[in-house]
Amino acid sequence: MSGSTQWPLWEVFVRSRRGLSHTHAGSLHAPDAEMALRNARDLYTRRSEGVSIWVVPSASITASSPDEKDSFFEPAGDKPYRHPTFYEIPEGVRHL
Amino acid sequence: MTAVTTGTAVEATVETTAEAYEAAFDAAVAADERIEPRDWMPEAYRASLVRQMAQHAHSEIIGMQPEANWITRAPSLRRKAILMAKVQDEAGHGLYLYSAAETLGTSRTELLDKLHAGRQKYSSIFNYPTLTWADVGAIGWLVDGAAITNQVPLCRCSYGPYARAMVRICKEESFHQRQGYESLLALSRGTPAQHEMAQDAVNRWWWPSLMMFGPPDDESAHSAQSMTWKIKRHSNDELRQRFVDICVPQAETLGLTLPDPDLKWNEERGQHDFGAIDWDEFREVLKGNGPCNEQRISQRRRAHEEGAWVREAATAYAAKHSGKGASGDSGTGGARSARLVEKEATA
Repeated sequence: MSGSTQWPLWEVFVRSRRGLSHTHAGSLHAPDAEMALRNARDLYTRRSEGVSIWVVPSASITASSPDEKDSFFEPAGDKPYRHPTFYEIPEGVRHL
Repeated sequence: MTAVTTGTAVEATVETTAEAYEAAFDAAVAADERIEPRDWMPEAYRASLVRQMAQHAHSEIIGMQPEANWITRAPSLRRKAILMAKVQDEAGHGLYLYSAAETLGTSRTELLDKLHAGRQKYSSIFNYPTLTWADVGAIGWLVDGAAITNQVPLCRCSYGPYARAMVRICKEESFHQRQGYESLLALSRGTPAQHEMAQDAVNRWWWPSLMMFGPPDDESAHSAQSMTWKIKRHSNDELRQRFVDICVPQAETLGLTLPDPDLKWNEERGQHDFGAIDWDEFREVLKGNGPCNEQRISQRRRAHEEGAWVREAATAYAAKHSGKGASGDSGTGGARSARLVEKEATA
């Protein structure tokens, strides 16, 4: 059947309202950036879910590998002193 | 000698790794964590998801046909605008699901080709015709109602992208069901002829809606494995029972009768008993012998073929303009939008 050339895949990020960051909404196919934006509007903001949209070619995203997720994120694992709850503060001390 | 030893060692490592992957997968599912696209997963899990998600996506876009049948004949501008929004939602739902399926390594093109070749299925409910305007209401109330009962548990499905697509879909389905109910209510409380039309539609859609939950548990081919993998959370019969119990009081408010003489409250079970489902009819429709199987799939193929020139033209346009955006002199909306995105991203 015709149309076997598939349009590139785009990842869609939507800012739901001002003050919030863009969040991944999903993906779609479109021939170019302009159409990707229009399609993203029709697909992901039919009920006013967004005030701003980013579209990014999926091929441009570099992701960490799930296979090495343990070793990749390990450096943070043994540093509990980065959290405020690590520290013992005498009772009664306020605003700290 | 050395070579042989090394070979065995490598094989052993590969095997251990595969086992470790499988154990990690099982543990994640057991702990109710989500499996994400790039995680290792058993091939059968992947295949099962592709089958189910493709069938689900196909159902959404084939489902546009019976309802679109009434857009030009909607009784008021209000109903027409609502129906158009609903049919557009169904297209959207199809796209969410095709996108989610693509994260498993298949492509939308491949899935559509399989649908058109009759190698993948869609829900058999859409092989019934919409004979009157009341069918639009009955579909919203019963067919979308059954779909919601099925789909709400899918929001907690073990595969992340599918679960996320379902969250979105379920939110939108609620509008579909309520508009259908409201429309049926208007007919039921209208003239005697309108009331009769509503009753007739419910008579025709009730049993096929119950069939939407799939065959009884002891005959369902994929159920047990899907439950183990937490793709499915409840059995077909369990969901069907839930749906019947929900519908009975809703039908009372509508002032319409559900076409089942055996339907009655069972005090002991705390649920409704209902009559036997005609599974022969279900199997016939599934086999392709429903009233509209041929019409639905040929319409789908025609729409795809007749839209080919649009897809090709957009591809050609994109190819012609690619690269120009960077120089900033083309003045196309595409270049402008792209610059805006860039500006915002760095802001």
